[in-house]
Amino acid sequence: MPDSPDAITEFEARIAAGETIEPKDWMPDRYRKQLIRMMSQHAHSEVVGMLPEGNWITRAPTLRRKMGLLAKVQDEAGHGLYIYCGTETLGVGRAELVDQLLTGKAKYSSIFNYPTLTWADIGAIGWFVDGAAIVNQTMLAKASYGPYARAMVRICKEENFHKRQGYEIMATLAAGTPEQKRMAQDAVNRWWWPSLMMFGPSDKDSPNSAELTRWGVKRKGNDELRQRFVNLTVAQAVAIDLKLPDPELRPDPATGDWHFGPIDWDEFSRVVHGDGPLNRERLAARRQAHSDGEWVREAASAYAAKHTAAAAPAAA
Amino acid sequence: MAPALDGPVQAALVQYLLRLGDDRLVLGHRLSEWCGHAPILEEDIALANIALDLVGQATLFLGLAGAAEAAGRDADALAYLREAIDFRNVLLAELPKGDFAFTIVRQFLFSVAAYYRLEGLATSSHGDLAGIAGKALKETRYHVRHSGEWVIRLGDGTSESHTRTQAALDALWRYTGEMFLADDVDATLVRAGVIPDLATAEPKWLAQVTGVIERATLAVPPSGYMQRGGRTGRHTEHLGIMLAEMQILQRSYPGAKW
Ligand SMILES: [Fe+2]
Ligand SMILES: [Fe+2]
Repeated sequence: MPDSPDAITEFEARIAAGETIEPKDWMPDRYRKQLIRMMSQHAHSEVVGMLPEGNWITRAPTLRRKMGLLAKVQDEAGHGLYIYCGTETLGVGRAELVDQLLTGKAKYSSIFNYPTLTWADIGAIGWFVDGAAIVNQTMLAKASYGPYARAMVRICKEENFHKRQGYEIMATLAAGTPEQKRMAQDAVNRWWWPSLMMFGPSDKDSPNSAELTRWGVKRKGNDELRQRFVNLTVAQAVAIDLKLPDPELRPDPATGDWHFGPIDWDEFSRVVHGDGPLNRERLAARRQAHSDGEWVREAASAYAAKHTAAAAPAAA
Repeated sequence: MAPALDGPVQAALVQYLLRLGDDRLVLGHRLSEWCGHAPILEEDIALANIALDLVGQATLFLGLAGAAEAAGRDADALAYLREAIDFRNVLLAELPKGDFAFTIVRQFLFSVAAYYRLEGLATSSHGDLAGIAGKALKETRYHVRHSGEWVIRLGDGTSESHTRTQAALDALWRYTGEMFLADDVDATLVRAGVIPDLATAEPKWLAQVTGVIERATLAVPPSGYMQRGGRTGRHTEHLGIMLAEMQILQRSYPGAKW
């Protein structure tokens, strides 16, 4: 079917009726493009997100923490893989998607351009970044595109675990020695605002929001999700006696929400456009891993080509 | 707890458990350095998975070592508050991770040896030791399969991968003998009936390793002098640097809870 107005009307009627769009279904070219952009950006974020936390695996302070962090970063790799596979159902291969990341054509979540300076950052990332991801992904679990929605349901379970683990690290530090408490508070100070920026600009300034909402990819606005995250997090901070770095934070009796201060959108835009603290380093690390791994991928395909009959060599 | 053993046997058991624990802690740490930097995402996952298994096994073996030692040291104290000269891992485990071929070949050489050792230890008369070994054996079967498949793929892949894999094998071969050295510690435990005699582990290892090397179209390196020292705390320079990184928080904040 061509991309005719009738076809689009019919497609939008399906979405309005709450139907799920599956890979074989007809969809407007623009819907496909938007989903590829959004899903691949999500997958790239999972993968680049391994770097700031991976930075502390070798320095995790106990065996239990080392395993917890390794397992978490491993989960993120799994999320990346799973979402890349979901994106492939839209007719684009993983190699092409990875190439878009490495050439800087595709974006990933800006939060991962910030550095992890102390062990407390591992707690702050789990608590805030995974916490924000949960708010966002719970909404995406109802997205109109089936493979994306299903990926989100599965991934959200693990993100919940990550968030609990991060919060528990923070609670332990906050209740620890004065040095530990200082680390925890400093991490909160650094990660809070970038975490609020994760939800993206206000909907009125967000170029893709209207279309994504009309097509049922996004079910809630950026501001609404951000507010939800703030409302959830304030009480958690109070419970472990850490202060969110916002002098304007106060309950708003009219709405029942927590009012928060203005977000520095200049900083956001600076980081999105490449001038965050670690944009260059993150991309360089991904490129390095990719080019170091080139010979391995070539060897695997060469071997597979030579031994097409036997799928995997039996070694044991 | 297992029944009390004679003093010298108990002391040998502590040493033996430290060796088992340290091999896995140090190698697991090295593997974890790949996380986020592997050649493909599937390998980020697989290597992290093996690292997790190894650190998990280390936690159990070191925990049991601490209990057997009865000096109030738990697995964390043993992992984070000992010096390089107190570590008892084989040198093979502590070498820097190298390229993917080096990591994979090392993993394969180690895992096959670990497999035959654990297979024996799973029959130990020491219930706790046998239990941990049995659990670790199942995990190790997967490590052998995964790393062995990669050795074959890399050896029989492209000429570059072949060259790199042969180079890794040649560099690592001289560290393999140490995995099978049996000293007074082993002899004491065998004599006391705590562990079985593991003399057949080395020929089994060699047979299996040779089979895979041949399938990978690689050559078994010529036998020569085998490096040793890890079992008595005589390490390479790499271990101290690795521990400086690993232990930094425990060393910087004595007594803090994490
Ligand atoms: Fe994730
Ligand atoms: Fe996560």
